[in-house]
Amino acid sequence: MDIIACIKRVPQTAEADVKIDSSGKDIVKDRLQFDMNESDTYALEEAILLKEKFSGSLTVISVGTFDAEDTLRIALAKGADNAIRIKAEDFGELDGYKTAQLLKAVIKDLKHDAIFTGCIATDDYYSQVGVTLAELLGMPHASLVTKIEIDGNTVHAYRELEGGLLEHLAMSLPALFTIQTGINEPRYASLIAIRRAAKKEIKVIGKEEINAEDIVSFSSLEKLFTPPVGERAEILSGTLDEIGTRVQGIVKEKGLL
Amino acid sequence: MDFEFTKDQKMLQEEVRKFADAHIAPDAAEIDQSRDFPWKNIKKTAEMGLLGIIVPEKYGGSGFDYISLAIAIEELSRCCASTGVIVAVNNSLVTYPIVAFGTEEQKQKYLPALCSGEKLGAFGLTEPNAGSDVAGMETTARLEGDHYIINGTKRFITNAGEAGTFIVFASTDRNLKHKGISTFIVERDTPGFSLGKHEDLMGVRATANCELIFEDAKIPKENLLGKEGQGFMIAMNVLDVSRIDIGAQAVGIAQSALDESVKYAKERKAFGQPIGNFEMIQNMLAEMATQICAARFLVYYAGHCKNKGMPRFSRESAMSKYYGATIAVDVARKGVQIHGGYGYTKDYPIERIYRDAKILELYEGTSEIQKIVIARDLLK
Amino acid sequence: MILGEKYDQFRKKVQEFARNEVAVRACEIDAHDEFPWDLVKRMAELGLFGLYVPEEYGGAGLDVLTYAIAVEEVGRVCGSTGIFLAAHSSLGVYPLFIAGTEQQKQKYLIPLVRGEKIGSFGLTEPNAGSDAAGTETTARLEGDHYVVNGTKRFITSGGVADIIVLTATKDPQLGYGGISAFIVEKGMCGFSAGKEEDKLGLRGSITSELVFEDCKIPKENLLGKEGEGFKVFMETLDGGRISIGALALGIGQGALDASIQFTREQSRKGKPLYTMQEIQDRIAEMATEIQAARHLVYHAAQLKDQGQPYTKEAAMGKYYASRVGMKATSTAINLHGMLGLTRNYAVERFLRDEKLMEIGEGTSEIQKIVIARQVLGK
Repeated sequence: MDIIACIKRVPQTAEADVKIDSSGKDIVKDRLQFDMNESDTYALEEAILLKEKFSGSLTVISVGTFDAEDTLRIALAKGADNAIRIKAEDFGELDGYKTAQLLKAVIKDLKHDAIFTGCIATDDYYSQVGVTLAELLGMPHASLVTKIEIDGNTVHAYRELEGGLLEHLAMSLPALFTIQTGINEPRYASLIAIRRAAKKEIKVIGKEEINAEDIVSFSSLEKLFTPPVGERAEILSGTLDEIGTRVQGIVKEKGLL
Repeated sequence: MDFEFTKDQKMLQEEVRKFADAHIAPDAAEIDQSRDFPWKNIKKTAEMGLLGIIVPEKYGGSGFDYISLAIAIEELSRCCASTGVIVAVNNSLVTYPIVAFGTEEQKQKYLPALCSGEKLGAFGLTEPNAGSDVAGMETTARLEGDHYIINGTKRFITNAGEAGTFIVFASTDRNLKHKGISTFIVERDTPGFSLGKHEDLMGVRATANCELIFEDAKIPKENLLGKEGQGFMIAMNVLDVSRIDIGAQAVGIAQSALDESVKYAKERKAFGQPIGNFEMIQNMLAEMATQICAARFLVYYAGHCKNKGMPRFSRESAMSKYYGATIAVDVARKGVQIHGGYGYTKDYPIERIYRDAKILELYEGTSEIQKIVIARDLLK
Repeated sequence: MILGEKYDQFRKKVQEFARNEVAVRACEIDAHDEFPWDLVKRMAELGLFGLYVPEEYGGAGLDVLTYAIAVEEVGRVCGSTGIFLAAHSSLGVYPLFIAGTEQQKQKYLIPLVRGEKIGSFGLTEPNAGSDAAGTETTARLEGDHYVVNGTKRFITSGGVADIIVLTATKDPQLGYGGISAFIVEKGMCGFSAGKEEDKLGLRGSITSELVFEDCKIPKENLLGKEGEGFKVFMETLDGGRISIGALALGIGQGALDASIQFTREQSRKGKPLYTMQEIQDRIAEMATEIQAARHLVYHAAQLKDQGQPYTKEAAMGKYYASRVGMKATSTAINLHGMLGLTRNYAVERFLRDEKLMEIGEGTSEIQKIVIARQVLGK
């Protein structure tokens, strides 16, 4: 089985103080840590597990700048066979649609039985690339997948819905899955694998190889901003305990308890 | 020295950092209190290849260099000082001497199990009456036929309670003082070898620190590491390497104190604003961060010297340990100050970090000994 | 410093008690988190709780310097017992002594001085540590009673105290001016002791949360005038800093004592440790710094005894004694080597105990601010 996993390198912003840069369209990234997008690590792990089970090849692809190669190399160390970086710097501003088109331009020439992506990227929260890519490639897809079983040419994909419901979809390969976090336990690369991966070539594809004429964005980013604090809003700060006590107080004050 | 990590060093740091944050950090407070040896996590470090970082691949190791070793130890120590020490001992005090001084048979026999965590390593040098003074060693070994008979007691041996393979130093001729010391590989189930008291230490409490007791313990002749009388040279050579890693532990512990302090300074308010706004707190944070950076470069530099194959780099490695330990103790102290009363309680990790830091000034040669090493090298 | 016969004799008396009765208990008090009821009783019998209190209130009618010497000598062998003596005398007894009415003194001060009741001082709050103006505990007058609501934290002896001097505000918006002091008795309705802290050191000292939920305090238990709580606690803290300075000094001296003993008994390469220059270098440094700290602490006590301003000197004494005490306990461990980290020797306990001296009753950072303000002129 030949598998493709699409991954993205994103800044870790969950616990950082995020500030907007002078362009107004990006955040200041100087002191942020970067890592593989969270749900992509699960997508990659799912792809590795399938490859280990059915044998075949696993190619990881990322649309990103030079630094994304660090993340691709980690994917190689974890078990991918080949890595491709699509040079983000060659294609200007990217929305989900444009990113999907770039991926399609590369993937259409590769053998693929299954494609895995994360269900959402924690930097832009578009949650579009996987599904759009499947549509562009004209293949079935399932989003927010929490379990996959393969039986011959049929894939059973399970999706978690609101209210504790599970949805079971059947589809035939080739197909694309956007993977939800928690579907598996992503592995860490062993030191030996890291040393070997560090020596591997990463294929780089840019504007020379991809005809960018027809590849356009559907939307453009106007600006990033922090919403003004509303008059009725109270921002709680302090330790968890303190915030908890305060919330309890407010609930009491408002007579909600 | 190149200030840029190589690709594999960078990847190693990223991966070990993530691993340590996810698996090592959550258990740190609990094992500090219970003193339970963290086997579950040590097995995981073994799976990643962290128990044989500098051991060649053919013996089951990861084949990395000494800066990489320091990077990994720093990341583990940042999350849990006990785990950092356990892994550091296995790497620089046990696998390293076998790699550097072992015969081909010894390497094949002992390294794979040390790297896989099947048999963890411990290093028996210190004695009740000979700490930093190796020449005062009282443990003896005498050859009888095919075996050495070892008698004596070792104390303050990290990992000892859980280890399977021990590097043990004993005097084969006490008249020769340090020139009479030899090194042996001792297996846990050797007749006449038993464990003594489990130390109740102030810090790094989950490290199975025990006494080793040898009563006519019979060690096969082929378990002599190096030649008879080479023990002192081996010990000094090994300590040069392991002091790099004590420096790395120090940097990791200090970094965790800084991280906790920065977090606290942002969330804690006094006089109507976060305490991080106060110059006195800023002053401490700035000092802490600078001290850590300086110590880290001393560690890397000592690792670089070893990577280059410099025959003697005692001064550099002693500097790395001495300075690292000094600043770790100071940074942890400041961290508690920043936390105020909360820093004195077990509700915040800084209390544990403060206790963990102190041992850095003591083991593998106290800070006083490090200064003597540095000064002697300068005066040579 | 030549203090004279009177002080020397007193010191000898306390030393005798400390060595014979306290030192032997120190290790187990720490290891088992044991509150030393037996030693509290003995200190009461020896009259250590009211050294500076006039005889008419059950005290010894001596002075603050004598008291500082007592704290120093007890702390020299056991930090937990020392902190109890310091907290009970400086934080329990003292505010009643300076601000209590005659009636309050009869009712509360005398039993505290006699050690029949245990005293404590409820100032620190979860959100108001060194910043006492941030007090959030409120007290509102309703008829004959004040109704108090709020939580205090890190209160030494809080869980065992019978009498607590409490600070609370009429309105948190008023800052210092809204704060009053009250006397609370154990058993008053709506008052309970909350969680006990699990601490780095001073493990035989009980540090608790105090929780007030609509706690009703009789109007006559107001200590001092309404809105003058700030004055009461500032004076209490100034005095308390002398006692923490004395305790820091005592623990540092204990570390020095242990180091001298250890280096006399042990040898390296056949040479007694104490004959080595590198060891002498460190012992000399410790001894000098501790002696300097002693002068600062005693000086503050003497100023107080003479009725002169001593805010700056008390802060200097606490800051410096805890700083050099911390260094001394750390050095003492280093002189012991790995043995110093084990419970077989007292030095690791000294280090853990001493650390509080840099934090309690205003961190070192706060002391420096106090000193700087005094030096620079407000």
